[in-house]
Amino acid sequence: MAIITEKALPSLPPPAHTVGFKAWAKQNLFATPTNSVITVLMVLFILWALIPVVQWAFIDADWAGTKRTDCTSGGACWAFTLVRFNQFIYGFYPEAEQWRVNVAALILAVGLGLLMYKKTPAKAYIGLFMVIIYPVIAFILLRGGFFDLPVVETSKWGGLTLTLVLSIVGIVASLPLGILLALGRRSELPIIRSLCIAFIELWRGVPLITVLFMASVMLPLFLPEGTSFDKLLRALIGITLFEAAYLAEVVRSGLQAIPKGQYEAGKALGLSYWQSTGLVILPQALKLVIPGIVNTFISLFKDTSLVMIIGLFDLLNIVQIAAADPIWLGSQVEGFVFAAIVYWMFCFGMSRYSQYLERQLNTGHKR
Amino acid sequence: MANATPQAAPSKPSLWNDPQKRGILIQVLVLAAIFAFFGFIFYNTLSNYAQRGISTGFGFLNNTAGFGISQTLIPYQESDNYWQVFKVGLLNTLLVAGLGIVTATILGFIVGVARLSKNWLLSTSAAVYIETFRNIPVLLQIVFLYALLLKILPSAKESYSFAEAVFVNKRGFYVPEPIPQAGFDWTIWAFVLAVALVIVLRWIARKVQEKTGQQWPMFWIGVALIIGAPLVTYFMTGRPLEWSLPVLKGFNFQGGIRVIPELVVLWIALSVYTAAFIAEIVRSGIQSVSHGQTEAANALGLRHNQTLKLVVIPQAMRVIIPQLTSQYLNLTKNTSLATAIAYPDLVAVFAGTTLNQSGQAIEIIFMTMMFYLSVSLLISLFMNWYNNKMALVER
Repeated sequence: MAIITEKALPSLPPPAHTVGFKAWAKQNLFATPTNSVITVLMVLFILWALIPVVQWAFIDADWAGTKRTDCTSGGACWAFTLVRFNQFIYGFYPEAEQWRVNVAALILAVGLGLLMYKKTPAKAYIGLFMVIIYPVIAFILLRGGFFDLPVVETSKWGGLTLTLVLSIVGIVASLPLGILLALGRRSELPIIRSLCIAFIELWRGVPLITVLFMASVMLPLFLPEGTSFDKLLRALIGITLFEAAYLAEVVRSGLQAIPKGQYEAGKALGLSYWQSTGLVILPQALKLVIPGIVNTFISLFKDTSLVMIIGLFDLLNIVQIAAADPIWLGSQVEGFVFAAIVYWMFCFGMSRYSQYLERQLNTGHKR
Repeated sequence: MANATPQAAPSKPSLWNDPQKRGILIQVLVLAAIFAFFGFIFYNTLSNYAQRGISTGFGFLNNTAGFGISQTLIPYQESDNYWQVFKVGLLNTLLVAGLGIVTATILGFIVGVARLSKNWLLSTSAAVYIETFRNIPVLLQIVFLYALLLKILPSAKESYSFAEAVFVNKRGFYVPEPIPQAGFDWTIWAFVLAVALVIVLRWIARKVQEKTGQQWPMFWIGVALIIGAPLVTYFMTGRPLEWSLPVLKGFNFQGGIRVIPELVVLWIALSVYTAAFIAEIVRSGIQSVSHGQTEAANALGLRHNQTLKLVVIPQAMRVIIPQLTSQYLNLTKNTSLATAIAYPDLVAVFAGTTLNQSGQAIEIIFMTMMFYLSVSLLISLFMNWYNNKMALVER
């Protein structure tokens, strides 16, 4: 006798102990006795740390008010960050002119968005526009003085605007210098090579703060008497030189990753040094180091907070100044939390983007 | 080629088309430009100094400083000169850098290993820790922690006290101070001797292992010797150490060691920030050791901790050390942010106060930069030496 089923039997559900939250918890939280102990300890620790924070930040928090004494519940005084929000973003930029900052930021956001989107046509032109023409537009918009735009002195710039200006100008200006230094470091000419090595190692060996001190105190001494220039420009020069040294090392790692055959092929085609560098080597090398450049940009973005020490009103400094206002005395912690969240969002977003790029560029090396 | 007529020697390329000569020409031009640039700067600086009535040179180091410093590791008073200020600031910088490197390494390794844990809660917490602290500027973390600490710490009268020996308040952390009595030297000597003995024993143990394959429990022997020997000597010589406890007198504490809150803030903030980076380095280092290695170790019958100690960690260290070096350098450079919370480090007391008082910008910034540069070079030299020791020996 044969038993033949016409239809396949429906498959049974997976065993109950392998699905659902319970199984997941068993596997990931209580796999071994040690693991269970760790889980319990971690839960206790998180509760111990989180409850006071939540209590302070949400349950006991005050959201409305115009001065510190309006905050009476003993928790966070978010009224402070709400009232001063405009200042945190624009610094002392006159309110009537703030649309100019917004326009500049909008162009930047659109440009970067187009560059990040994979299928955008003519990316190279957009890139060139963002690197060469956009800074000019942004400068005209922010500073004014052309097309009937009233001049806004750089001393009035501040807040997140200044932080972004410092980091974007810093990276755009230091990239060409960094590329030149990296090429110089790999040059066959001994004097050029040693000069580049000395420059790179000098800047990488000292803290940014001393560079900023140098830019603000020593730069005026270096120039002929009577020439004085903008404080912001001085900080930018310091940041650019400093960052160029770091970028040089990033670019160098890309140059080293290009196989020797590429150099030799360039030579065999009869290209001159600059032709083969510009047409063959650099396009490949720079593409390789885009994640590295983004990472350098993240650290530059964080480092711009140091200009506070030479008296520029970046996001961190403007928060400190606002918290020193007599009617808001004691609101420092709330202000710092706000600044931390802003910095975190920017840096975390960029680091995620750089990781995504790394995955895109790094194909076929997975274990 | 039979009927090739001897051709005239190729005409000499022009100066610009001969790569060698062109190279020399370019280098000479660059060098000349740089000399001209420095000459220009030098000339301007001299005339600016003359204009402001500042004398050049390092003579100012002998002038009296005339300001107080809140934390000094060596004797210092207001009547001391700027050179003493330089030394005080330098030691304060080194103190916080040294403390930070030790704690950041320990914390970073713990978090990095936790990140790889199979326990979901633990690894997620480690990831949250890393992503939070890595993405916020360290300067913000320092000023934030400082503001927070000053907000929650009590005044001197209402200090938190632990066993009546450690007191914590707004003015600082007060801990008992050990005061060595006569005969304490023996304990120190016992310690030195134990360290020397452990080094020799390690060497012998290695020889024995190479010859016979026997492993000595060198770690436990080392711990027992280095902790045990001084302890035994200490008790045998009659405990020649007294503790000076901090006592509240009036509005302030006397006796004991006062650790200023700025040091604590800087130490914690730098450790926490750098540990986030070190944790990522440790994670990537451990992950870079291929599965084949652990599987091979399992196949050889090594136990779990043996696999870790003998197979995974030595290979991971090769990836970890070079990156660790640059984190140590970053931490050392970040100590300069002390000036934001007025911790008296080199930048705060020397490139800050001293510079403002004397106006000797060039000399002071030069000395400060040279200090950081030499510390950076020393750390990288040491780590390179260690790296070479650990590096793969290619045969």
